Amino acid sequence: MIAGARLGVPRWILVVAAVGALFVLLPLVAMALRVDWAHFVPLITSPSSVDALLLSLRTSLVATAGCLVLGIPMAIVLARVPFAGQRVVRAIVLLPLVLPPVVGGLALLALYGRRGLLGGALDVAFSTPAVVIAQTFVALPFLVLSLEGALRSAGERYEAVAATLGARPSAVLFRVTLPLVLPAVVSGAILSFARALGEFGATLTFAGSLQGVTRTLPLEIYLQRETDPDAAVALSLVLVAVAIAVVAVAHGAGERVQPWRARRRSAISTARTAA
Amino acid sequence: MSRRVRVAAALLLAGAALTGCSSAGAAPSAAPSASATDTVSGTVTVFAAASLTKTFTELGKEFEAAHPGAKVTFSFAGSSDLVSQLTAGAPADVFASADEANMSKAVDAKVIDGDPVDFATNVLAIAVPPGNPAHVKSFADLASPGVKTVVCAPQVPCGAATAKVEKSAGVTLAPVSQESSVTDVLGKVSSGEADAGIVYRTDVKGAGSAVESVPFPEAAKTVNVYPIATVAKAPNADGGAAFVAFVTGPDGRKALTAAGFGAP
Repeated sequence: MIAGARLGVPRWILVVAAVGALFVLLPLVAMALRVDWAHFVPLITSPSSVDALLLSLRTSLVATAGCLVLGIPMAIVLARVPFAGQRVVRAIVLLPLVLPPVVGGLALLALYGRRGLLGGALDVAFSTPAVVIAQTFVALPFLVLSLEGALRSAGERYEAVAATLGARPSAVLFRVTLPLVLPAVVSGAILSFARALGEFGATLTFAGSLQGVTRTLPLEIYLQRETDPDAAVALSLVLVAVAIAVVAVAHGAGERVQPWRARRRSAISTARTAA
Repeated sequence: MSRRVRVAAALLLAGAALTGCSSAGAAPSAAPSASATDTVSGTVTVFAAASLTKTFTELGKEFEAAHPGAKVTFSFAGSSDLVSQLTAGAPADVFASADEANMSKAVDAKVIDGDPVDFATNVLAIAVPPGNPAHVKSFADLASPGVKTVVCAPQVPCGAATAKVEKSAGVTLAPVSQESSVTDVLGKVSSGEADAGIVYRTDVKGAGSAVESVPFPEAAKTVNVYPIATVAKAPNADGGAAFVAFVTGPDGRKALTAAGFGAP
């Protein structure tokens, strides 16, 4: 911010930015103030809470793996392969980002449901895989979006060099392209994980809610709120803490990007080795 | 790159902050304009349990027809949500709860004026997809391993009622899902994902041909009572009292019976 001010950012921008930061921060502070600290530990270590947290972590990890497997090729195609209707395809890929999650859940039901388009060939209703499907569906755009942007700004020069030197497309991909955008892969994966962790609407609509099977932390919070608002607030704080940790890690991954020059040099040498 | 991460992180945090869905659905009441013939005028704000949505919307129209100077606005939600909103000071004139527990909570919080009046009852029903694919014939059938049964979680009123019926019938269910609301249970059944669900009789009636109902005698032992009351510090107390009288009177009785509610 100080550097920005030196470059001549108007003062009022700083004021509005500060208001924006408070807008995000204050509700979370208010929630933290509501926590019944005396009973915090028993509230978050009840069997149903622990089950929900473990289930959330487990399913979010699998969903993140799914996002990597599907999302990396999608980002590469969008960034590197020009084709007709690319804009439309990109808009469709990003759709889960803007869809209300309940709508996503209904759409998943329409495909995978017992009476869905697949005719129930995949009997996943009320099972943990259904949770993973819902989470992957909503989290995928985060990975595709951040990776595609990184691929575009990295450019194709080193890939071209490697190819000229005789490297096959797969070798170029694994030894030049992916190492170049590795930080974006990592931060995209972390954001996908965080989105999967917070998934609520699609899971509720598509997977149901049963302790240890489909009731993830957000669903547990929603249910606890009915009878035990203290437990709901305590669990919400756990979720916020995990989210903050994830964002911090993602931020760190972004900061650790090697200086551009060094990266270029190593990429060139990688291109040479690949060749 | 790092800027993109920062933007994404900010979006993420904003998302986390905004996820907690709040619904303060109270419209401020208009100042009552004096009318020579009708003391009921202005806006009457009614907080009512979600299961009353259809019936109360109709009753609201009839009420407005009977009192041309009045307008009824509704906020429909889960009873416990409505109690928290009232306790937090949401302006309302009438509160209609789907169970006595939530009305007691409201009374204890001193947000209710006078004594609540019971105006309807509801009993549980088994809902199955059209054609009853799993051939559910009784409450005990729901416990058989091949039947995917969905119920409400014990934390919400319909789930508490379900647990009572299980106890009195001596049947232990192994549901595939315990939903947070009766609407979610109904959704799982009408979409065909579940073989059966336990909902209220009025839900089955309201769903029309989307679900079928399997009668079960054990339901009669667990009757849910709906109380209604005027709210303390109501912006439109006269209007609120008139609406309560309307719901508990013959017009209300007629509409409630048509929707499948029992007499208190």
